[in-house]
Amino acid sequence: MKEYTRYLTNSLRSRREEPRSNNFHLDPMLLVPLLCIVGIGLAVLYSAVHQDLSILENQSVNLFLGFVAMTLAAWLHPRVYLRFAPVLYTIGLISLVAVFLFGTTVNGSQRWLDLPLLPRFQPSELMKVTVPLTVAWFLHDRALPPRTIEVGIALLVAVVPGILVILQPDLGTAILVVSSGSLVVLLSGVRWRLVLVGTLSVVPLIPAYWYFFMNEFQKKRVFTLFDPESDPLGAGWSIIQSTTALGSGGLLGKGLFEGTQSQLKFLPESHTDFIMAVIGEELGFMGVMTLIILYVLVLARGMYIAVQAGDTFGRLAAGGLTLTFFVHVVLNIAVVSGLLPVTGAPLPLVSFGGTSAIALLVGFGIVMSIHTHRGWR
Amino acid sequence: MKVIPGSQLKNTRAEARTFRLRAWTLFGIAVGISTILVGRLFQLQVLEYEFYETRSEHNRIEVQPVAAGRGLIFDRHGVLLAENRSVSSLEVVEERTSGVEETISAIRGLIEIKESEIEAFRRRLARKRRPYQSVPLKLKLREEEAAVIRVNGHLLPGVRVSSIAARYYPLGEVVSHAVGSVRRITVDDLNRLDRSQYAATRYVGRRGIEAFYEPVLHGDVGHRRVEVDVRGRVIRQLELSPPVKGGDLKLHLDSRLQILAYNALGDRRGAVVAIEPGSGGILAMVSRPSYNPNLFVSGMTVQEYRSLNNSRNLPLFNRAVQGQYAPGSTFKPIVGLAAVSKGVTSWDETIVDQGWFKLPGQQRIFRDWSWTPEDAGGQGIVDLRRAIYRSSNVYFYDLATRLKIDALSGFASQFGLGSDTALDVYEAVDGILPNREWKYGVRGEDWYTGDTVNMGIGQGYLLVTPLQLATVASVFATRGQWKHPRMLFSRDDPSLNSTQSPPPPISGPSQKDWELMIGAMEEVVHRGDRGIGGNGTAWSYIGRDIAYRMAGKSGTAQVVGINQDAQYDEAELDEYQRKHAWFIAFAPSDEPVIAIAVLVENGGGGSSVAAPIARKILDAYLLPKIASNR
Repeated sequence: MKEYTRYLTNSLRSRREEPRSNNFHLDPMLLVPLLCIVGIGLAVLYSAVHQDLSILENQSVNLFLGFVAMTLAAWLHPRVYLRFAPVLYTIGLISLVAVFLFGTTVNGSQRWLDLPLLPRFQPSELMKVTVPLTVAWFLHDRALPPRTIEVGIALLVAVVPGILVILQPDLGTAILVVSSGSLVVLLSGVRWRLVLVGTLSVVPLIPAYWYFFMNEFQKKRVFTLFDPESDPLGAGWSIIQSTTALGSGGLLGKGLFEGTQSQLKFLPESHTDFIMAVIGEELGFMGVMTLIILYVLVLARGMYIAVQAGDTFGRLAAGGLTLTFFVHVVLNIAVVSGLLPVTGAPLPLVSFGGTSAIALLVGFGIVMSIHTHRGWR
Repeated sequence: MKVIPGSQLKNTRAEARTFRLRAWTLFGIAVGISTILVGRLFQLQVLEYEFYETRSEHNRIEVQPVAAGRGLIFDRHGVLLAENRSVSSLEVVEERTSGVEETISAIRGLIEIKESEIEAFRRRLARKRRPYQSVPLKLKLREEEAAVIRVNGHLLPGVRVSSIAARYYPLGEVVSHAVGSVRRITVDDLNRLDRSQYAATRYVGRRGIEAFYEPVLHGDVGHRRVEVDVRGRVIRQLELSPPVKGGDLKLHLDSRLQILAYNALGDRRGAVVAIEPGSGGILAMVSRPSYNPNLFVSGMTVQEYRSLNNSRNLPLFNRAVQGQYAPGSTFKPIVGLAAVSKGVTSWDETIVDQGWFKLPGQQRIFRDWSWTPEDAGGQGIVDLRRAIYRSSNVYFYDLATRLKIDALSGFASQFGLGSDTALDVYEAVDGILPNREWKYGVRGEDWYTGDTVNMGIGQGYLLVTPLQLATVASVFATRGQWKHPRMLFSRDDPSLNSTQSPPPPISGPSQKDWELMIGAMEEVVHRGDRGIGGNGTAWSYIGRDIAYRMAGKSGTAQVVGINQDAQYDEAELDEYQRKHAWFIAFAPSDEPVIAIAVLVENGGGGSSVAAPIARKILDAYLLPKIASNR
């Protein structure tokens, strides 16, 4: 009887966990919310760019490429990522240095790399995926929880590209790169005591950063967070306009294409960093809630996959990639709703931007690969 | 399983358990943070919705004032005296250009722009202004220039032709003192005016009718609610409450007569006021020198304004209603009527005029106008009638002394002297009708009989404006039944027309007194061929070939006091110290249709200088009427 029960449980579990499509290795439970987010995102983006079809086409092509890349990434065995994580990391570091040396400057930051035969891309966006993979690779065959020195090395893996990104300067992405590594370290089971000590040791770095790295405008952004009215036409402008857009949307919103804040261009960066305000204005609290629920579904499924993964690398990589994605979401919404100073973080899969969307979708392809290749080892 | 030397063995089962715990802990934290975000969004979008809704509406909706068209001004025959013309100007929005210098040189390739205009443009450009606010480069574009700019608009980003309605006075300086002018609203004006009414208005009436009827001409401001984008550009109009156009005015002014009077005065400094006695309507009001009112609309340079304002000839000064002069002998008919109606004298009483007059017990000698050091002059035996047509000074010295100041001043005040009786003449002054109280109040002195003697011939403290003397002529024309002088004939809204009751008729003189006095005034013009001492004073200048009966009175007002025994010699006096020439008249004398006062500053003799001007104007007005009646 006991034997039978175990057999039954195992067979049920294996049937439940067996991938539905062995050809594509995609995970429908992850794919469906992602497609929903992308769908809402494209509709709102079309509105935010004042119905400029060329931008919509551009983003659609990027997203299509992203889903193709995701399918490919899901098809590859996790072994491949384990083997190539350090290689990818090295390439990423080199391209970040290349950006530092001869990158293309747009809007005052040097973020893009124009290489022959390749479309223009942002290496820093790729690091959001590469860093958690690399930290997972570094920790996968060590006894966990990691020792202090290992934690230090793991964090260094994240901090080195983080510093290169800060220099661009791109604080938002740097925070995401560093936190993607740190989240993997947290998942690895590092002792809370060490986490506390580490956090406390970072605190003195904040004033140092304030005095040595931040320029006047960035400082002003922090001040205006607490009192946007002190400079309503300057540093306070974007925060005033974005909270106004969100608030005036109310429960149900003004309707797609009807948002006055975005359509009359009061809202800056409405198709990139502040697209959440467009959603809030045009689709209301209900629209925003729908999107947040979709993001939480993605998070839940990603974490479930991580917990279900059979090996350390799979667990750490899937968990790290999923949590990084969600931190990304939280950072953006916190900025748009006026809880954090303006840092320049796009809303994942919704804001206009090719490299970011492709990188994030590849990340989820890797998560799917980890899930769908479980039984095949 | 790989074992790394020196490290612990990997405990897979424990690791999985730890990971599960960590994963769900972090998931919980993530969900917790999401809840905070949702709470924040709930606060913004649900709890504080109305605040942000208002704020967003405030962002996008702007209420803009819309100026009302200014009312037009017509003369009594419907001739336009003031209209609104569309004036184009060339404006530049710096933010939209591809560089100011390139834009200027591109424009100069198309139309002529003066260096001074470019300098002025740079000054305006340097001033603080809103972003995307246009800066005028050239005012008053000609039609062809505007067309050239419009055609090449695609080559000139940030350049535009804008049109505004600007006031235009077709008759220019001929009517400027009567109609007045508008000028650009200044900060001072805004402090005085209703700011919301004038929010979209660029010009305000400054003088004359334009100033007096400003509230009627201005109309009511309209408003439109528009949706604007972040640059303040209007996307669409949501609502319009249209402005109410200002009321049109029709004046009593007869532009033909006005032009004629303007030309009749020629280059002399002076004024003409003509009144229709039956209505009190002002038919003509001229003051020379004049100014071009259109200059105040388009704006002028500081030098231009200074030369207007500082000229010794005072072109901006409206002599017709603000110039105060001694009336001289034109005052004598009033003195005569006062004396007759008070019983101080009669039409039959005579005195002997030997050319001089002395108050009992005083040394001072008052002379007749005909006095010279060689010849005492004098008009011989004079009654009131002869005293008028010969303008005997001695007769009126004596008469005024007997009449006394209180009676004289009181009687004269019935004619509107010493006060502004006009209904709608802007900034008309009161003149001075002196009496005991006035002298004590102003000079702190008692009234002397000598003052009364001087006043008897319209000299001394007495001061009148041409408008007041024209009113006097009009009152004589109607035999004492008089109307307030007024500019307005009618408004397009009849309910607004003034219904002010006319002043009471002159009390005192009988019908016979009026007719006799008017008869004497006719003699001034028509009594001729009787020898030097027998003719009316004006006959030889205007009375020989006249086609209608005119009653008139000349006046020659002293400007400076002449020494007791010195002769007044025009040639020796500075031009600005010569006597003022006056002539008042009305015609036809039995049924007058026009009364007039002519003043020529420092012109010399009233009969010789002012009377011919009056004759010319009356001829022009009456001869066509007489011809059509036949």
